[in-house]
Amino acid sequence: MTSTHQAVELHGLTKTFGAVTAVDGLSLRVQPGEVVAFLGPNGAGKTTTIDMLLGLARPDAGTVRVLGGTPDEAVARGRVAAVLQTGGLLKDLTVGETVEMTAHFYRHTRPAAEVLERAGIADLAGRVVGRCSGGQQQRLRFALALLPDPDLMVLDEPTTGMDVEGRRDFWQALRRDARAGRTVIFATHYLDEADAYADRIVLVRQGRVVADGTTAEIKNLAAGRTVRATLPGADQAALAALPGVDAVEVRGDSVLVRTGDSDAIARHLLTRTDARDVEITSRNLEDAFLALTTAQQTGA
Amino acid sequence: MTTVPATPTRTVEPDRRLPALGGFTPAVLGIELRRVLRNRRTLAFTLIMPGVFFLIFGLPQGGQSLDNGRPVTAYVMISLAVYAAMVATTSAGGAVATERALGWSRQLRLTPLRPAAYVATKLATAMTLGLLAVVVEFAVGAAAGVRIPAYVWLLSGLAAWVGSLVFAAFGLFIGYLVPAENVMQFIGPILAVLAMFGGLFVPVEVLPHVLQQVAEFTPVYGMGELARAPLTGDGVSTAGVANMVFWALAFGIGAARLFRRDTARV
Repeated sequence: MTSTHQAVELHGLTKTFGAVTAVDGLSLRVQPGEVVAFLGPNGAGKTTTIDMLLGLARPDAGTVRVLGGTPDEAVARGRVAAVLQTGGLLKDLTVGETVEMTAHFYRHTRPAAEVLERAGIADLAGRVVGRCSGGQQQRLRFALALLPDPDLMVLDEPTTGMDVEGRRDFWQALRRDARAGRTVIFATHYLDEADAYADRIVLVRQGRVVADGTTAEIKNLAAGRTVRATLPGADQAALAALPGVDAVEVRGDSVLVRTGDSDAIARHLLTRTDARDVEITSRNLEDAFLALTTAQQTGA
Repeated sequence: MTTVPATPTRTVEPDRRLPALGGFTPAVLGIELRRVLRNRRTLAFTLIMPGVFFLIFGLPQGGQSLDNGRPVTAYVMISLAVYAAMVATTSAGGAVATERALGWSRQLRLTPLRPAAYVATKLATAMTLGLLAVVVEFAVGAAAGVRIPAYVWLLSGLAAWVGSLVFAAFGLFIGYLVPAENVMQFIGPILAVLAMFGGLFVPVEVLPHVLQQVAEFTPVYGMGELARAPLTGDGVSTAGVANMVFWALAFGIGAARLFRRDTARV
């Protein structure tokens, strides 16, 4: 065990608004250098959790540690920076002036030209913010977040409202910036974004973590894979009794086995039965997402 | 296709010390001033309109004198300088409303800037714009032929400027009360009414008696009286000073309370 702190340590985080429990005893640890997607449907508590993570909201219960200290400390020292949905910009300033002004709030920052370049808006420095598109404004927020060269970057649904091209440009900019060692946490309800840009996915529903793992693990966790084979006269009960099997379906000469351990099932079918034409298909992340976020809550 | 710049791998830990003065810097003040001076609406209402008022309402009274022999045009000019300064400081303070409505204050909470430093910047911007408004009005007056002793220029100008601090506080108070993008659209008329009660458009003495009595308790009355005192030689009444102190405290405390409510975490 080294003396290095966790990038983020949330423990038993709870936040209610009136009768609505937005975040319900959420706990999470993020190691330095991880790129984590916070994935969940609207209203799952992602934004509220991020607000507490950044010190913008106070938890009703539970604790928040960011880079070994309080969120306020981390923000004040430029160790954490964020791109939020609600953060506004001054419409009458130019892009360059906005960066210049924000840079003055810090003791030390990366050069303005560098962050504009890295956010992909170097050519917009002279443009008035009010005349920038939503995507361009979002990349400006990203440029502002890059100024302090933060150890932790938090993004709350950074590509909401962007068109396909805008989303691609934004993620390219973020990926370009993926300096070794920087921790990134982003909330999204776009599955493909979580799948493509995160090392780890934390699925939240009703203010709780319902699944946490690598993209592959999450896919497996919800639905596993389906093994299909041609096997006349299959013994449905025997197959269902095998370890790791979730469901067995027989359609004429075909048998479909849903399982969390497709390798074992395929091996069994090929070595112990007369099965042929074995196919293994993975259910995509969308299936996993739907299964996990719409399933009846059984406790996280 | 542009070449993608390689992201530098950090070799030295960045300077993580807190900013001096909570992030208050003259450089940001400079950007803020550039912003207000770029705003045509602000320019029209604080620098141009009071000057034009002087040319329309003050100049025709050229040749007339006050009881102590000083020109009436100077009386009008100083009154309008107070008006210009109060509109200037209110609009600069009230800019907080716009920035809250836009979500900029929330964006700022993601930076090391302390809320107190933000307010200090707004206050400094307001007072700089207020000073500019007084100087411009006096310059218009001087160019149009107003001649008064140097000490009257100085003391009246200073009083008009310092008095406008009351309205910088008022602007901040409104700014933290209502998050609206165009707050000056409904404050402008309020300021005009207050200016009327403060004797900035016509002397309070010409108002009906009842209104005169009401006027003494309105927030412009004290600063108007104070700014004209060096000219009229009437001296400053205790009531005038008390009026100004009261309103400065009322708006200042009001703004501070709302400010604390605004920056408290939910």
